[in-house]
Amino acid sequence: MSFLGKLSWDALPYDPIVIGTLTVVAIGGAFLFALITKMKKWGWLWREWLTSVDHKRLGIMYIILAFVMLIRGFADAIMMRTQLALATNGSEGYLPPDHYDQIFTAHGVIMIIFVAMPFMTGLMNLIVPLQIGARDVAFPFLNNLSFWLAVSGALLVNISLGLGEFAKTGWVAYPPLSGLEFSPGVGVDYYIWALQISGLGTTLTGVNFLVTVLKMRTPGMKLMQMPIFTWTCTWANVLIVASFPILTAALAMLTLDRYLDFHFFTNDAGGNAMMYINLFWAWGHPEVYILVLPAFGIFSEVVSTFTGKRLFGYKSMVYASGAISILGFIVWLHHFFTMGSSASVNAFFGIMTMIIAIPTGVKLFNWLFTMYKGRIRMEVPMLWTIGFIIIFSIGGMTGVLLAVPGADYVLHNSLFLIAHFHNTIIGGAVFGYFAGFTFWFSKAMGFHLDPKWGRVSFWCWTIGFLMAFMPLYVLGFLGMTRRLNHTDNPDWNIWLYIAAAGAFVIAIGIAAQFIQLFVAFRDRNKNKDTTGDPWNGHTLEWSLASPPQFYNFAKLPHVEDIDAFTDMKEKGTAYQRHAKYEPIHMPSNTNAGPIMGALATAFGFAFVWHIWWLVAASFVGLIVAFIARSYASGKDYYVQPDEVARIENEHLDNVAKG
Amino acid sequence: MSTHAAAHHDAHHDEHHDTGRNTVFGFWIYLMTDCILFASFFATYAVLFMNTAGGASGSEIFDLKLVAGGTAALLLSSITFGFAMISAYKQNKSGTLFWLAVTFLFGAVFIGLEIYEFNHLIHAGHGPSESAFLTAFFSLVGLHGLHVTAGLIWLIILFIEVSKSGLGNQQLTRLSCLSLFWHFLDIVWICVFTVVYLMGAM
Repeated sequence: MSFLGKLSWDALPYDPIVIGTLTVVAIGGAFLFALITKMKKWGWLWREWLTSVDHKRLGIMYIILAFVMLIRGFADAIMMRTQLALATNGSEGYLPPDHYDQIFTAHGVIMIIFVAMPFMTGLMNLIVPLQIGARDVAFPFLNNLSFWLAVSGALLVNISLGLGEFAKTGWVAYPPLSGLEFSPGVGVDYYIWALQISGLGTTLTGVNFLVTVLKMRTPGMKLMQMPIFTWTCTWANVLIVASFPILTAALAMLTLDRYLDFHFFTNDAGGNAMMYINLFWAWGHPEVYILVLPAFGIFSEVVSTFTGKRLFGYKSMVYASGAISILGFIVWLHHFFTMGSSASVNAFFGIMTMIIAIPTGVKLFNWLFTMYKGRIRMEVPMLWTIGFIIIFSIGGMTGVLLAVPGADYVLHNSLFLIAHFHNTIIGGAVFGYFAGFTFWFSKAMGFHLDPKWGRVSFWCWTIGFLMAFMPLYVLGFLGMTRRLNHTDNPDWNIWLYIAAAGAFVIAIGIAAQFIQLFVAFRDRNKNKDTTGDPWNGHTLEWSLASPPQFYNFAKLPHVEDIDAFTDMKEKGTAYQRHAKYEPIHMPSNTNAGPIMGALATAFGFAFVWHIWWLVAASFVGLIVAFIARSYASGKDYYVQPDEVARIENEHLDNVAKG
Repeated sequence: MSTHAAAHHDAHHDEHHDTGRNTVFGFWIYLMTDCILFASFFATYAVLFMNTAGGASGSEIFDLKLVAGGTAALLLSSITFGFAMISAYKQNKSGTLFWLAVTFLFGAVFIGLEIYEFNHLIHAGHGPSESAFLTAFFSLVGLHGLHVTAGLIWLIILFIEVSKSGLGNQQLTRLSCLSLFWHFLDIVWICVFTVVYLMGAM
């Protein structure tokens, strides 16, 4: 057994595309490193951000992680679309199957686990404690640790690009294909450890936010007075807590099969691969609701703010989210209608799936009725919302089509399915995050995004989306299955070309988003959000400065209404000056989170390459670090009343100036 | 003293959230995630336990007397942990430490017997690689064993903490969490004992 396990020079890449990518990443990384060094910002970065336990800063870092990984995941997407546009009429394109299979696997894993999840978690971190009038989450250190575990997983996926390979199994990694017999390389191991480590972080986030929401609401706020975004996040957290352990179990079993010759899912010795598929989707289906429910909450906030009205049907919105959450747990089998269940089992899961359309429809009507007779301000967040309502409805309807087992026998595994779930995940979840991103950007940063480039981004995303995915419905009907490396059917070509063109239009949309950020940063002194309430908001986060005071609330507000801040503004109790403040108890920043994240990365990496001494060392390191953190001193401090008064008065003076 | 504390508490009523109770509640939610982890392994065991692939079945390899001994040790350890908690709430440090030590011993006996059983089975040729049944058996029982081992390590750490720092709020909160963990593992074990051993031996 060698010192570095299976790791050798053979692990280095030979594919020119990969080498080119790595070169660009290396140059970019070196540039960033040099820039931070030159500006002497390393100490600041470490003390103020990387070790921060402040939920607002963690939220921002989650969203940065999501954007970085979006570039990676989208690069995979555009490579696939160009490959399929080129690899027709006998041509094999530029991506050999070996590489192409890794790309579509990485695309799925990255977009779900390392773009959508961090984006959702980031917005939740940023906003939920502010909306419930809390000073932080229940367990601030755990929150920091969750973030670093997510980074750790993302790092492992990216390391696989340069060292070894990624899984070639599709993002679901079904055995027996993902078993050792058919995937002897390290790709599936990277997949397992990236998901396992980041999944642990997600579970901790779920626990953390449930305690936060249930135990730390400001005085007066009843459960049925929580802002709707907080409610949908709470349902998502219930789903996280109930479903992520199932993923943990499934991955642990696959690990045992691959590393210790167990027989959970093997073809021989009585293994049962269907068990993995059941477990995977018992997590995987709730997972899509984890992604989309907070987005529904964002749309609700945006619609009610930009129509200047109270949200129509608040209670039905809460109950509909709950119904979706519960139903989301009893539909998983629709992901494999064709894989051997009896007709009656398929019928049950088909009907359950269709029933989910009812609470979802309730939500759509609630948004429409909120807009009805409202004075709609067509700001960028509202554009994303309108785009969502149209695109998501199409996705929902094709979903109901797929829920019919008989129809699914024809359409399953085809591009119709691909079109359907992109329709719901992009049109639902991602548009929601973008709406939330533009809605709350000034709250997080203290200055506004550039609306012109925001509009460009919205239109490019929407048109590009329709161009890229509507043809896939057609291709699905024409019989094209998913995960093909090259095709040879002249009837398909025109649709593949349109889809590829659509991907480039989306690329412009993404570029516009980065330009929008660049312009906002460049003009940040001109676009200051001085009042903290630029949209005339309804909920408590708008009562604070932008960016909020690091302790959030100098005095915990007393809440008497769902739209707590609107209520305060109407009663004239908003922006009160207090003569006297109490000291505020705050958690201190800690380097335990990043250290444990680094150890977790080493642990996963060592497992991937069978470097057993490093597995043992990093595991012991993790336990020691955790214990050391438990007994560390100086975990908290007090902000003194005079400092609180100074900060509060400064904000209130700004508000008075307008 | 108590009135002073109450007045102090009142003045800060919107200031100090009771972090100890949050911790215990959060830990309880974590235990529910753990419960689902076990449920997944139970479900897998239920699917795979018939698949002996020509190898040994449960009734051929289970030594119920041995398992009964381990079960008794674990159940007793739950009672003694209860005694430890009663002592802790009475601020009886030496009593707490004594009962924690007894709990540790019973837990160690349980783990010792499990290691003996696993070792014995593997040497008899009935390791987890033999069949899907044994794969599921070793994983489910082993998962529980790993949890108990983690609990034992935690017990040692808290033993040291209590002996050094006494029984303050932090120590009571941590003892409460470990207590929940320990009783939870006991309940899981009752399910393991019933579903795996008793039903398997029949």
